[in-house]
Amino acid sequence: MVKQTKKLNLNFGPQHPAAHGVLRLILELDGEVVEKADPHIGLLHRGTEKLIENKTYIQAVPYFDRLDYVAPMNQEHAFALAIEKILKIQVPIRAQFIRVMFCEIGRILSHLLNITTHALDVGALTPSLWGFEERETLMTFYERVSGSRLHANYFRAGGVHKDLPRGLLEDISEFANKFPKIIDDLETLLTDNRIFKQRNVDIGIVSKQDALDYSFSGVMLRGSNIPWDLRKSQPYDCYEQMEFKIPVGKNGDCYDRYLCRIEEMRESVKIIKQCIDKMPKGPIKSFDGKITPPPKKELKESMEALIHHFKLFTEGYRVDKDEIYTAVEAPKGEFGVYLISDGSSKPYKCKIRAPGFSHLQAMDYLIKGHMLADVPAVLGSLDIVFGEIDR
Amino acid sequence: MNNLINLEKKINSQLTTKINSSKVKHEQLYLNIDSEDIIDVLLFLKTNQATKFKQLIDITAVDFLENEKRFKIVYLLLSHELNMRVLVDSYINDSEIIPSITKIFPSANWMEREVFDMYGISFKDHPDLRRILTDYNFDGFPLRKDFPLTGHTEVRYNEETKKVSYEPVKLEQNYRNFDYESPWEGTKYIKEQTKK
Repeated sequence: MVKQTKKLNLNFGPQHPAAHGVLRLILELDGEVVEKADPHIGLLHRGTEKLIENKTYIQAVPYFDRLDYVAPMNQEHAFALAIEKILKIQVPIRAQFIRVMFCEIGRILSHLLNITTHALDVGALTPSLWGFEERETLMTFYERVSGSRLHANYFRAGGVHKDLPRGLLEDISEFANKFPKIIDDLETLLTDNRIFKQRNVDIGIVSKQDALDYSFSGVMLRGSNIPWDLRKSQPYDCYEQMEFKIPVGKNGDCYDRYLCRIEEMRESVKIIKQCIDKMPKGPIKSFDGKITPPPKKELKESMEALIHHFKLFTEGYRVDKDEIYTAVEAPKGEFGVYLISDGSSKPYKCKIRAPGFSHLQAMDYLIKGHMLADVPAVLGSLDIVFGEIDR
Repeated sequence: MNNLINLEKKINSQLTTKINSSKVKHEQLYLNIDSEDIIDVLLFLKTNQATKFKQLIDITAVDFLENEKRFKIVYLLLSHELNMRVLVDSYINDSEIIPSITKIFPSANWMEREVFDMYGISFKDHPDLRRILTDYNFDGFPLRKDFPLTGHTEVRYNEETKKVSYEPVKLEQNYRNFDYESPWEGTKYIKEQTKK
């Protein structure tokens, strides 16, 4: 006798706490086994690329905060680098150190959120309570340097907006000293936890070849044992002077990706410490008055400074006709900006390459044949944020 | 940098008829090809031992409204082994249907869907060419230069019918696009005089 089975279509989201945002995932189930997953995205589409085409280069920076809103400054970095390369601006060394330090803070922010919410999805509540406390501390650093906890708008082509306020370096240093202990604490909750391992080991395995074919980057690539990190292979700013290791996974499953993220946080702390130790004195943005605004003090005395200031905040600076792709190693993977400038003060085209987009695309491949309960585990380990996927 | 120039030479010598132009800039290699050669060139770049561009980073299009061939489609590739990037672009007509590369790079699926959604460029042999980022039943192609920034419709929750309703955009104030460039450079006729 042949047993009659009926396929079940399940609508996961768009409002589901484990979907990490507004994801509508249409699952085709055979019993409890997922046969097909069709993610519907775009529920958070705000037309960022269209808006950037209609704004000057300075006005475009805040849109980058709103992409991956978990680690805003890393995105701004890619955009700033693109303009700097076209205009051939030299960035002062202090600005480079500040930018790298805050990018690593962003990396910790992102990984902390991902690890703890991933744990939440598979049934552990405590890590998120511990992790969010540290995130709050890190966001105060953001606030002290830029004025806002999340949407920093701090990096500029040619440097950063303002110098570090007094006492900030000491506080970051204090944080960097005590943070490894907190990673240890988090690990006692998760790394050897039986439930956490049962939910993650051998789930969502990605082979080396598939990781390349599906355009994976960042932890998704390194979890599958491909040692590729743009900070090492195509270093930008002062990453060349930093000493850090690239953790790689062995099996390419959710658990390995979790381990990679934990280790990356430790490496980030190392980079932050090196930045603080080596932080040179000097200017924090390029002196070219055509690109960066003059100091407030000069506005009262110098006519030239006044003109520069006026022109920068009305017309903005112009960028020569060019075409460029620049990428940075954002916490989630390769974040790139493909910029076409036409000589005016507005970008002609600004395509944003979000790492999460290609990761989520592979959802069908990752989840096929797994159980329904594995969906949150795989989604969690993909580290998706809809701000950047939907743009 | 030298490696890139060597690579440029190698690609040019092996694909002589297919490469229209090539240059090395910003530590990247730029290739321009015809749209019918997309499959051949990308397959060559992926599989050839000397190139090994095994990862597709992104596909995007650019709208040059005034050009005869309106769109430019751009493929960004990365080689981990050589640590190099290449940008392959091709100019295409408004109505041209270009071959899909999902057979070569599976990840091209969503990227081509996005290009279709934003620019209305169709792909031949694409397994599932639907809109991806815009709303269900959306009309128009938002990233085309002749699509208005404000869009055509706005949505709100209608309390009377108890559902979301779509209405044409009504703006309290027109969108103001300031032209800052003229007062700085002088007015248009002065610009033309100085050019002569």
